[in-house]
Amino acid sequence: MANEVILLDFWPSMFGMRTRIALREKGVEFEYREEDLRNKSPLLLQMNPIHKKIPVLIHNGKPVNESVIQVQYIDEVWSHKNPILPSDPYQRAQARFWADFIDKKLYEAQRKVWATKGEEQEAGKKDFIEILKTLESELGDKPYFGGDDFGYVDIALIGFYTWFPAYEKFANFSTESEVPKLIAWVRKCLQRESVAKSLPDPEKVTEFVSELRKKFVPE
Amino acid sequence: MATDDVKLIGSWASVFVMRARIALHLKSISYEFLQETFGSKSELLLKSNPVHKKMPVLIHADKPVCESNIIVQYIDEAWTSSGPSILPSHPYDRAIARFWAAYIDDQWFISLRSILTAQGEEEKNAAIAQVEERTEILEKAFIDCSKGKPFFNGDHIGYLDIALGSFLGWWRVVELDANHKFLDETKAPSLAKWAERFCDDPAVKPIMPEITKLAEFARKLFPKPQA
Repeated sequence: MANEVILLDFWPSMFGMRTRIALREKGVEFEYREEDLRNKSPLLLQMNPIHKKIPVLIHNGKPVNESVIQVQYIDEVWSHKNPILPSDPYQRAQARFWADFIDKKLYEAQRKVWATKGEEQEAGKKDFIEILKTLESELGDKPYFGGDDFGYVDIALIGFYTWFPAYEKFANFSTESEVPKLIAWVRKCLQRESVAKSLPDPEKVTEFVSELRKKFVPE
Repeated sequence: MATDDVKLIGSWASVFVMRARIALHLKSISYEFLQETFGSKSELLLKSNPVHKKMPVLIHADKPVCESNIIVQYIDEAWTSSGPSILPSHPYDRAIARFWAAYIDDQWFISLRSILTAQGEEEKNAAIAQVEERTEILEKAFIDCSKGKPFFNGDHIGYLDIALGSFLGWWRVVELDANHKFLDETKAPSLAKWAERFCDDPAVKPIMPEITKLAEFARKLFPKPQA
C-alpha cells in the first residue's frame, strides 16, 4: 500500500512545526495543507472531532492527533532512519518528561507574554524566562537535549524560537541576554535541513502575532 | 530484580501513584513503597522531582522517573520480557491510546475534579453536566478501542485501562458526594461493565483503595465550606 501522508496545519503553529520536522527527519513525503482556523475544513473537523485543532496527521486515511503523539508515531512507523527518541528506556523517559514540561509550562507562560499587558504580562514574562532558564540548565553543555544527537526534546522546543522576536517586542526583553546557551542551541538546530525547511520566518510570525495581539489587548 | 532496586514515592490515595503501582504489579516487580505524609513533602521527593515536586516518582537504581504516564511507559519498556505488554504493539493503536490518556488527564479529570471544588449548586451542576458529556465520549472511545474485547487494550489491561481505571475509586467518591451516578448501565453500559472487570483484575484488586477510606480522605482534601 502506498504511504499517503497529509498534514493539516497552520504555518505559525509551534506544534505543527514539530510534526513537519519529524516527517522531514524521516524523509517522508507528505502533503501540507494550510488550514484557515477561522473557517476550519470539513476534513479537519472529521479527523479531529474532539479538539478540532491542528496539526492533524492523516496516514493512509487514519488520523493521528496531538503533536507529541504524532512525533512518536512518526518515529515508530518510520523507524529505519534518524531515530527521534533514544533507545534506552531511561533516556526515553527523560525525553518524554521534558517535552511534557514544555507543553505544561512553556505554552501557557508564552501566551501571557504576547496576549496580555501590565502586571499580568510582567508576571508571565518572569515565568517564561524562568522556564527558559530551566530548559537551558537541562541542556547544559550538551549539543542537543538528548546528547550528541538531535531528537525529541529539540523537536518539541525549536518551533517556539520563531515566536521569540514577538515576545521580545511585546514584553521588552532579550532572549539572547537571558539564555545565551539556548540561543546557541537554536542556531545549531537551524543548520539542520529538516528544521530550516519547517520553520517560518520569525519576522512573518511577529507580524502575525502583532495582528493577533490586537484582539486580546486593544490599544 | 532486588527489592531495593525499585522504589516508588507516593500515597495510597493518589490516582497517579496507582497507575505506577498497577504497572509494577502487572510486571511482577517488587518495589519499596515510600508513602508521603499528607500535608508535607519528603526530602527525597523534592530531590527526585525538583521540577514539579509531585508524586509519583519511580526510582530505579537511584534514577528518578516522573509523571505517571511516563512512568507506566518506562516500566513497560524497561521490563519488556516480564509480564504482558502495557502499550499496544501497533504504532497506530499506541497513538490512539496516548491520545485518550491525554484527554483523560487534560479534559475529563479536570471536570471531575471541578465537582469536588465547585462553589455552590450552579457550579456543581455545570461540572456534573461536563463530566456526563465527557464520559459519553469515553464510552464511545471504549467501544472503538476494545473492538469487542473486555478492555481498552484488548484481552488484558493496558495503558489506557490503567490511565482511566486508576480514577475509579475517586470517581465513586465523587458520585457519592454529588449524589449522581455516571457509570450507569443506561448512560455508559460498556464503561460500567469494564469498570467492574478492571477492579477485579488481580493487578488492581489489592491496591484499589477502600471507598469509605477514600471518601474520608476526600473530606480532608476538599473541605466543605461551613454553612
